[in-house]
Amino acid sequence: MDKFTTHTGQVAPLRRSNVDTDQIIPAVYLKRVTKTGFEDGLFAEWREDEKFLLNQPEYQNATILVTGTEFGTGSSREHAVWALKDYGFKAVIAPRFGDIFRGNSLKNGLLTVELPEAAVEELWLRAELHPESEITVDLEACEVRAGDRTWGFEFDEFLRWRMMEGLDDVALTLRDEDKIAAFESNRDAWRPRTLPVQV
Amino acid sequence: MSPTPHESEGTEPRTLAQKVWDAHVVRTGGQQPDLLYIDLHLLHEVTSPQAFDGLRVAGRKVRRTDLTIATEDHNTPTDNLFTIADPTSRKQIETLRANCEEFGVRIHSLGDENQGVVHVVGPQLGLTQPGMTVVCGDSHTSTHGAFGSIAFGIGTSEVEHVLATQTLPQAKPKFMAVTVNGSLPEGVSAKDLILKVISITGTGGGKGHIVEYRGQAIEELSMEGRMTVCNMSIEWGAKAGMIAPDEKTYDYVKGRAHAPKGEEWDAAVEYWQTLKTDEGAVFDKEIVIDAASLSPFVTWGTNPGQGVELSGTVPAPEDFDDPIARTTAAGALEYMGLEAGTPMREIDVDVVFLGSCTNGRIEDLRTAAEVIKGRKVAEGVNMMVVPGSAKVREQAIAEGLDKVFIDAGADWRFAGCSMCLGMNPDQLTPGQRAASTSNRNFEGRQGKGGRTHLVSPAVAAATAVTGHLASPADL
Repeated sequence: MDKFTTHTGQVAPLRRSNVDTDQIIPAVYLKRVTKTGFEDGLFAEWREDEKFLLNQPEYQNATILVTGTEFGTGSSREHAVWALKDYGFKAVIAPRFGDIFRGNSLKNGLLTVELPEAAVEELWLRAELHPESEITVDLEACEVRAGDRTWGFEFDEFLRWRMMEGLDDVALTLRDEDKIAAFESNRDAWRPRTLPVQV
Repeated sequence: MSPTPHESEGTEPRTLAQKVWDAHVVRTGGQQPDLLYIDLHLLHEVTSPQAFDGLRVAGRKVRRTDLTIATEDHNTPTDNLFTIADPTSRKQIETLRANCEEFGVRIHSLGDENQGVVHVVGPQLGLTQPGMTVVCGDSHTSTHGAFGSIAFGIGTSEVEHVLATQTLPQAKPKFMAVTVNGSLPEGVSAKDLILKVISITGTGGGKGHIVEYRGQAIEELSMEGRMTVCNMSIEWGAKAGMIAPDEKTYDYVKGRAHAPKGEEWDAAVEYWQTLKTDEGAVFDKEIVIDAASLSPFVTWGTNPGQGVELSGTVPAPEDFDDPIARTTAAGALEYMGLEAGTPMREIDVDVVFLGSCTNGRIEDLRTAAEVIKGRKVAEGVNMMVVPGSAKVREQAIAEGLDKVFIDAGADWRFAGCSMCLGMNPDQLTPGQRAASTSNRNFEGRQGKGGRTHLVSPAVAAATAVTGHLASPADL
């Protein structure tokens, strides 16, 4: 996974709430068996509208998506995170995220930061008035900085460390392989197994 | 016999969810989240290929092939069993078959009686049992919570993690209770109940919580009704939904292919009987609902929280105090092509979809068939009936339900996810309006530009007959 410490870039102000993962990437784009190449599916239906935010020339270089609350609810498709990353986003800021989406993002080096509604509104206005202006999302300091404005954000200490180190969860867990084996040796014998059975 | 983890806990009163959680902790403490052991890992073709790829790249194996099982559902055709017209859909299914072969995972492919929607297949095989941890790369994994298990959807990175380690690091959730007192009135189903809950909480109300549904109305639900309720836990943002196991649960599991037998059955039941929230255990939050106040419930908008009584009218954005809800409602009305104030019963539909992991089980088909028997699907309406699994389909045929649907003019299909998410050719066309027994009314979910009203199987059947949203009482 890519390490994330801090990122400075332009903002795409997406004034929508309840953007579920079906909107982020419709199901017809989920058929690939690779982990890359999903950028064409990002917000596919909305992008057909030439007035849509991401079709505006001033937001072509945006790398930080700022959006309304309940972003990424619904389907567990990790393709939503891959699509945002493949398109070029490094961070997403919203008042609240769907849990599965948030977990997926942090496993792929896409930083998701929760800021209050008022801060999101201010970032939207800023990006609408001055699309070329840049903001900084700093995971080390747990801050978002825009001009002379600074907002702190909360971030789980372990997840922050894992993200900053770019660590792979599987390798971390396998350090405790002995504990897994010990647990397995103690499981109830009646627990079901998927091996074919005679009926 | 050495003590199993669940026997070594103290006497502090605990919730059902806490007990199941505690029984699966492999590692706790320190900065890292708890590491949970996973009892059952379900796979399908859409969210697994990149996970298997990850294993291959790292030179890892599937740690417990005996706790892993795959089926084909999201992309499968429902008009025939073997011709997958779309080459990318075919590739995805072929990739799953090849991965299962290479890594030694059992798979139920098209043509097999245990092929079908992954959340219908687990319980059908008796693999879903009380007190388990169940995961799948699919958000509706919460379905399996109906058995008193902690079951939740995961992303593809987590699928890879479970394949490699049979565990998942998980931050400790909070615990919530939804208590439904009294009995559901005649004609009100599990689906109406859960749609009502989501309309109260909104799509994010359950965030970070494992929810226990309880109370008389929940106890009175059949196992399949309980699965419908737990299935939609994710639609209000909950981590998982669960219901304490009881005699109905044991009866449902008993005798199935993977149910414990003989002495093992007795040992299992003895443990399952401990799986209830203790007197005095504290929930972080509780919602109380009076079942008698409920009536058939449907959605009008573009998220599952935007619902109203079938007897009600389409709301106006001004009806909402919260500015975000107001904006969202305005957008939803526009997408849905609805006028505020329109009685829900006056909304005409083009398509009726009966199926999905929410309402594609045998009881759902029976309920709809009973309504539609001897009647005809209204002119201009296309009713599609898609059983949740090949076995549900067989059972429906054995009971003559297929004939009921066919005689009424409905389209009787093969098993799969079908129009619930429109990955296969079963899709709405732009502007088409559907009454659907599935779980999501998101923009474009059932096909680009399609408009979805979520309904119960009984409402779906009555709607098919009248051509507008209706309940059996209207016929």
